[in-house]
Amino acid sequence: MSEFLLLRHRNQGEEDIADLDAYIRLGGFQAFKKVVTEMSSKQVIDLVKNSGLRGRGGAGFPTGMKWSFLADRFPRYVVANSDESEPGTFKDREILERNPFQFLEGLMICAYAAQANVAYNYCRGEFWMLAQELHGKVAQLHERGLLGEGIFGSDFALQIHHHLGAGAYICGEESALLESIEGKLGQPRMKPPFPADRGLYQQPTVVNNTETLANVPLIIERGADWYRSIGVAKSCGPKIMCLSGHAKNPGNYEVPLGITFRELIFGLAGGIRADRGLKAILPSGASAPILPATDAVLDTPLTYEDVPRVGSQLGSASIILLDETVDVSWAALKTTRFFKHESCGKCTPCREGTYWMDRLLERINNGRGDPADANLLGEVAKQISGKCLCPLGDFSVSAVVSGLELFRDDFVQHVRSGNQTAEKLTG
Amino acid sequence: MSLRERYPAEIEAILARYPAGEKRSAVMPLIFMAQREQGFVAGEAIDEIAQLLDISSTQVASIVGYYTLFYANAGGMHRIQICTDLPCALRGADEFAEQVCENMGVKMGETTADGHFTVEAVMCLAACDKAPMFQVQSRNGLRYYERQSADDVNELVKELCASRDGRGETVSE
Amino acid sequence: MADFVKLKIDGQSVSVPEGTLIVDAAKRAGNDIPVFCYHPKMEPVGMCRMCLVEVGTPLRDRESAELQMDEHGDPQIQWMPKLQTACTVPVSAGMRVRTATENVTLARKDVVEFLLTSHPLDCPVCDKGGECPLQNLTMQHGTGKSRYLFDEKMQLQKRVPLGDLIFLDRERCIQCARCTRFQDELVGESVIGFDQRGRALQIVTFSDPGFDSHFSGNTTDICPVGALTTADFRFGARPWEMQHTPSICPHCAVGCNTHLNTRRSSLAGEHVIKRIMPRQNEKVNEIWLCDKGRFGHHFVGSPERLTVPLLRKDGHMIEKSWEHVLPLVAARLAAAGGAVAGLAGERLSNEDLFTFHTLVDGLGGGTMQWPGRMGGGDVVQHVGVAVGTDLAHLGADTVILVVASDLAEEAPLWWFKVRQAATKAGATSDKSRATLIVANARETKLDPFATHTVRYRYGDEVRTVLALTHSILGGDAGLAASVAEQYSTRVSEAARAIAAADNMIIIYGSEGLDFSGSSALAQACANLLISCGNLGSLGNGLLPVWPSNNTQGAWDVGVKPAGISVSEFTAAAEVVLLAGADPVGDGDALPDDAFVVVSELFSTESVRRADVVLPAQAYAERDGSFTSGDRRVQRFYPALPPRGQTLPDWKIFTRLTALLGLGAAAAGAGAVMQQIAAAIPHYTGITYERLAAVEQQWPDVGGRDSYYGGTAFENSAGLGVQTPTLAETGHFLQLGDVQSPPVESGDLLAVPVTLLYDRGSTLVRSEILHPRLPDPYVELNVADAQVANVASGDRVALCINGRTWELTARVSFRPPQGAALLPRGLGGPPLPRITPASLRKMAL
Repeated sequence: MSEFLLLRHRNQGEEDIADLDAYIRLGGFQAFKKVVTEMSSKQVIDLVKNSGLRGRGGAGFPTGMKWSFLADRFPRYVVANSDESEPGTFKDREILERNPFQFLEGLMICAYAAQANVAYNYCRGEFWMLAQELHGKVAQLHERGLLGEGIFGSDFALQIHHHLGAGAYICGEESALLESIEGKLGQPRMKPPFPADRGLYQQPTVVNNTETLANVPLIIERGADWYRSIGVAKSCGPKIMCLSGHAKNPGNYEVPLGITFRELIFGLAGGIRADRGLKAILPSGASAPILPATDAVLDTPLTYEDVPRVGSQLGSASIILLDETVDVSWAALKTTRFFKHESCGKCTPCREGTYWMDRLLERINNGRGDPADANLLGEVAKQISGKCLCPLGDFSVSAVVSGLELFRDDFVQHVRSGNQTAEKLTG
Repeated sequence: MSLRERYPAEIEAILARYPAGEKRSAVMPLIFMAQREQGFVAGEAIDEIAQLLDISSTQVASIVGYYTLFYANAGGMHRIQICTDLPCALRGADEFAEQVCENMGVKMGETTADGHFTVEAVMCLAACDKAPMFQVQSRNGLRYYERQSADDVNELVKELCASRDGRGETVSE
Repeated sequence: MADFVKLKIDGQSVSVPEGTLIVDAAKRAGNDIPVFCYHPKMEPVGMCRMCLVEVGTPLRDRESAELQMDEHGDPQIQWMPKLQTACTVPVSAGMRVRTATENVTLARKDVVEFLLTSHPLDCPVCDKGGECPLQNLTMQHGTGKSRYLFDEKMQLQKRVPLGDLIFLDRERCIQCARCTRFQDELVGESVIGFDQRGRALQIVTFSDPGFDSHFSGNTTDICPVGALTTADFRFGARPWEMQHTPSICPHCAVGCNTHLNTRRSSLAGEHVIKRIMPRQNEKVNEIWLCDKGRFGHHFVGSPERLTVPLLRKDGHMIEKSWEHVLPLVAARLAAAGGAVAGLAGERLSNEDLFTFHTLVDGLGGGTMQWPGRMGGGDVVQHVGVAVGTDLAHLGADTVILVVASDLAEEAPLWWFKVRQAATKAGATSDKSRATLIVANARETKLDPFATHTVRYRYGDEVRTVLALTHSILGGDAGLAASVAEQYSTRVSEAARAIAAADNMIIIYGSEGLDFSGSSALAQACANLLISCGNLGSLGNGLLPVWPSNNTQGAWDVGVKPAGISVSEFTAAAEVVLLAGADPVGDGDALPDDAFVVVSELFSTESVRRADVVLPAQAYAERDGSFTSGDRRVQRFYPALPPRGQTLPDWKIFTRLTALLGLGAAAAGAGAVMQQIAAAIPHYTGITYERLAAVEQQWPDVGGRDSYYGGTAFENSAGLGVQTPTLAETGHFLQLGDVQSPPVESGDLLAVPVTLLYDRGSTLVRSEILHPRLPDPYVELNVADAQVANVASGDRVALCINGRTWELTARVSFRPPQGAALLPRGLGGPPLPRITPASLRKMAL
């Protein structure tokens, strides 16, 4: 892939495509115009289906198929999930900062396809300043007649509103996000029914990740075949990989799906900080199993179907690197603390289980653990999984279970050794 | 003065974002608004928001309690919220946080004696490639400070104390 | 009619209506799947995860949707990879459910273990012990040991008052949300909610007063642990120590079914009521009580109760025996030559009222219902709500019209049920809403879910109903039109809704109306029903919001309001017989030279005027029956031994009857009911046995399972019997004459209104409710208050009928302009109807 399609698509030079004039001048909103003036909503949906675009928020669900599930009732809503809160994830933020109009254009095309006249962009509350700017950009689109009534002289009308979250990771789960917009506690709903049937205000709704939507104008512009030519068969298109932790050069890397861990980490990103050895990889933030830095793993392509073969998930591709100095039980305590803090509390296993695992890991890391604590930790984790109301519960045990399995010594070494890796843990 | 008296146009604009029968959706933006003056939302503000949206005070208070960025109690004028989640911690955030606390003479979670700063540890802020980092939540908004050192924090603290009423920039929605 | 679905649960074939949840289907088959958060009266939420089971559905070919069979010819089953919550999954054809596998057993053990990691070991000091679902399900499904470190248990506040009636123990709470869902879904008053999230989720209240709901006590029933307890019962007794006696609430016309839980008092050794619990009667109160019914029982055990007969001699009251006073009273009655005036209180039982009326009538005297301020009982006998009608189950083909009543304050469980019908909240109702039309001069708690609101001026109640009738039927405009003109749009909208509906229930009250006014209103409503043909079938008829619990019974047995003042009624009487009536306390004078006999619970003003005082038994100490506003005769049973020398009223009156040679003394309350059944046509066939008949009720929360409410609601004592109306027995009904009340005018009209909590004798002794009892006040509209320069809290002088009253003012948007609302029963001015008044602010 010779160009960056998501982060700097219309600007391979120095232009600031976050400026509307520049964006338009470089061909922006032609896709939206084509959609509104020449295509039916069904045609748009079919095109996105054929492109093979999969959700970039973590689930990897085929986007076009999701759009086609909308129930035959109106009004409908489309919602952009810009609640980016997974540890190690910062790709949606960069899109919103550097290429906001491509994202907005994608949201607008999605709204047209869904025959929705109102779209919401749910931004995490910490993106407060970013949201202000986006609010201004939406106003500019209104001024240009790209939003509002009678767009391009058609009878399609569209408004985009921003809704600011207020610090709850669980609101990134689509049904909890909808509850949050409705002004209720941001807790996940029972499913079924699904948002395509009963979503925002119980109306048919599509919720898509920021990055997913940023792909959409590309597909309209250049077609499904072109899109499919990037990446590999079942995982096509460009993907932003967030590299963090002990990476030498942390940051967002836009690559075609299908490159391997090795190519990304050591090829593009220059390897590990201070050239230390790589011990483990968390490929999807805190939510997926830890992978050991074996050759088998490093040569695994970054696709939705290949990463599971070595025991984890591609998810949001928030790749956190742990070098050889890292104590995995400490890392597990960090991820567990995260889930304990973010658990909505609705269901027993997650609410009580994350709290319990946190206590156990705290004890283990503070050298006050019992020899049996590592075993107990594993059992508690098993007890949580498969029983929760939403995926967060299952996510919360991933690092713990895989950590115990692959790096058990890290957990048992602290027992009554007085070893205090976590003595300075803050919060 | 009530929210209605202070920000009538803004309240209208917020309500207009949501369908007519769904006023409750405006609770989060209104809580942000109410939080501007004192950095927390309690008592009369909660009652007023409840009245504006035809919901109960308990329902409003529930939302304030659920979300991390809403506060039911006063804190420092500026909340220095340092990310100590895994990716940042791998790049020294824990040590950074400890140093900041030491420099400011407080324990994590506490407020300085003059009431100006609260130092807190928070979860991932989507700035993992720019660690160590923190956000500052003040009356009127929230700003990121990235690739920070403990000395940078000392400078910022001086700056914030010196600016108009120690309040920092005024930004409204 | 719902289709039926066949499935197999643990190999057992089960057939249930479409849409049934697995957990309910299992229960019907006798398979108790354990639950915490699920409650059959509310929407399921799948939160506690205790009801996880294995679920499989028949495998179908993707393309053709044909069932794939196995080698035995049975459909192949595709088992869901994860356990499913039985409370959120509706059954489907051919479904298989397994509740007893190792996976399921382990899952339950795990969930219990998780819950116990945070739950404190409070059983020895927790009120819920002995009726606690968590205890029960832990014994059944939990592991014997905990692997959690005691020191790491979360510590939270343990004695948080949510208002003054309910206490919360935050450590015990298992975050099942039954309480918040009850308030949100079934009551519509979101006064409790969750604060924070994750393990820190805790219940809070931000209403003023805290937990401001008339139904708060119900949350302590459905709470599956001892997190929510009532201040009334806290540390009162252990469930297994108490006796549970079925009874009927003595407060309002709904007639909620209760259990009185009694035990010896630990202090003095006498039996006392420890608490009142609901008894399941789906058609009446389902499984709920309002807080007045739940907490308003202290009058029974009050030390102020009269316990010995008293005789006035030389200005003093001397204690005497029954053997002494009764013949004395009989002699006086005999000598009166028919100049006997009997006033009987509306809260007395059917047996009391019947024997009272028989006695006085037999003497040639006259009885009147006291206070008897609401008319329409005869009309109700003609067109009352059809037998079997359940307010909560009225659907889209029904209009509910509520006129001149603040239902939430006057009959809370009817308000609760009407709300359900109009909003279709909760799990046991079908998905079509009844149309609610509210006609009142002011906003009440019905308005939020009313489809149409007709706001009339006080005084225009009857005219409004007439206007509605004319609008539906056309015809002579006249009187009705003058009213209709003022709010014609509303009237015609409402009229259209009524015309479009198949069924109509009219609930009429007496706000602002006296006896003749409410009689006229009842007749106008009856005319509307008759004209539209909304009679004689389920979902149709007239429902009176009587001021007291047995006003209906009083009408039925012939003790009716006099329609004239007490002074007029008793003017020529030589003997005045008062039973459960306090006219003197209301400011009505009795003739100076009359011999006054009073049967009462407490020493009232009338008792202080009396020549003979007879101590009466409270309902909890005897047998009897009350008849509710929807004409359901319901039995109550004795829960306590009689106080001192008290006797039931019916016994007093039949003894007098016997002493006077007018009849035999009845052997028991049941025998009196036999007499009633013989004498009163619509009570034919009613026996105590019939009143005690029960049938299986759904949802089955009163049974022996370990988890629904913890507190057993089981009703094995009777569902009651509704008396038929003339409309239902094929009588032809004519329209009656309606006399519209005269129009009151004035700058300010004082309007008597009802509050649920007042200082009536049966409630004022419940100190627990005192913080919610305001001092006498007058509520003014903001505009009127401004004119008089009055703010909330100011003292004002209200002048009515030449008399001045000092009251505290409250200012709000609730009263319409020109109306000053005066709650009854607080100690302020007693008013029979809206009356012109004047007001001035008092100087400090």
